[in-house]
Amino acid sequence: MSKANETEVGSARVKRGMAEMLKGGVIMDVVNVEQAKIAEDAGAVAVMALERVPADIRAQGGVSRMSDPDMIEKIQAAVSIPVMAKVRIGHFAEAQILETLNVDYIDESEVLTPADYEHHINKWNFTIPFVCGATNLGEALRRISEGAAMIRSKGEAGTGDVSNATTHMRKIGGEIRRLTSMREEELYVAAKELQAPYALVKEVAESGKLPVVLFTAGGIATPADAAMMMQLGADGVFIGSGIFKSGDAAKRAAACVKATTYYSDAKIVADASRGLGEAMVGISVADIPAPHRLAERGW
Amino acid sequence: MALQGDFREHLLAFQDLEIEGNLVKTASEISKVDALVIPGGESTTISKLAKSFGLLDLISERIASGMPAFGTCAGMILLSNSIVDPASSQDVFGGIDMQVRRNAFGRQTESFEADLDFQAIGEEPFRGVFIRAPWVEKFAPEVEILASIESGGIQRSVAVRQGSILATAFHPELTGDRRIHNYFLNEVCGK
Repeated sequence: MSKANETEVGSARVKRGMAEMLKGGVIMDVVNVEQAKIAEDAGAVAVMALERVPADIRAQGGVSRMSDPDMIEKIQAAVSIPVMAKVRIGHFAEAQILETLNVDYIDESEVLTPADYEHHINKWNFTIPFVCGATNLGEALRRISEGAAMIRSKGEAGTGDVSNATTHMRKIGGEIRRLTSMREEELYVAAKELQAPYALVKEVAESGKLPVVLFTAGGIATPADAAMMMQLGADGVFIGSGIFKSGDAAKRAAACVKATTYYSDAKIVADASRGLGEAMVGISVADIPAPHRLAERGW
Repeated sequence: MALQGDFREHLLAFQDLEIEGNLVKTASEISKVDALVIPGGESTTISKLAKSFGLLDLISERIASGMPAFGTCAGMILLSNSIVDPASSQDVFGGIDMQVRRNAFGRQTESFEADLDFQAIGEEPFRGVFIRAPWVEKFAPEVEILASIESGGIQRSVAVRQGSILATAFHPELTGDRRIHNYFLNEVCGK
């Protein structure tokens, strides 16, 4: 019989494996217990507990930080699916707090105001797994080398404009395909150009994929958006403002879950798209002045 | 079954054993398979999707009529006849006469790996990867316990078989060790 003292917590396999279980699913931003229950009932694979969705952060401005532990604990008590929460880029003390709360995943997120403009968190120091945003392959591999166990393409959060999510998914996918066609000696220069560790670049070149799960995020607002991201190679989707900033949140949430599973069946996605009421109004990324674009946070 | 979760890892495991599986997610696809694997994932999500696309009764009936099935983690939950504290309106396919507890070992910070004594596949221990894993709370005499692990001083059953249905609380698809997939093919399905 196996004994507990042979066990190992927080291994890379356990952290990355947790993200494997989320694949093909939708992770929804929620700001209270009521929304968390709607998300769970709609079939979300996890919820992201935060005080303001990105659209409100964008509208209200100011410094945006980790959520109140009381609010996170209320959501943990209300649902049985995994609960994630965000910390500011580089803010390892916020991450230490979330670890004591036993959230299931930490998002070191550009949606919050960065706490460090040079360094990200050393994520190997934690038992709890991290997801980080990336706009390209080099950024994704830098985050993985710091210990991220899951990557999400950034898109432009809080806009309802899917164009940046598309750009980032195509970019990451394209750069991976380019690596797979290179000769071995060319990978050294590729690593230099990507500003990423050679060992990880070589691993991606050989396997043709990231060593961790790749979700997409930022601007996804409709079942069609979710289906497009899945067809572009995402393992799953984060939907932030898109659900609870729309007319019928419960219906839209369930519709996005169906479209994410049956992404290649246009008839099911069409049925899921019917009668959802008003989508979030949103804002075009082109209308946001460059200093206010969240995707550019991360180094 | 490819509604949600790590179904591709199961497909790869069977490929290593030279079996070409199919990813199935519609009623017509599921009605044609010889055996069904229910992967790790989020059991509430899989259950809700199965219900809204009319797969619940189909799968329950096929399992009841003897189709071999193999479930890991969320799959074990869905193959159990009942759940302790289920999420609201969470349905199961059933098949194994047992009751399971979801997230029994705790949240993600308590997720772990451990060596398991699994005599049905050989003397060498099997590395079990447990991620927000369930355990078997109660089971009928017909249920065969294949592996268990100590937690809080109590032995908890984490691999079970009843007839043509196999379920593990851990994820053999996440390790390179294919002995449990091989056991399913050769012993449970009889190939």
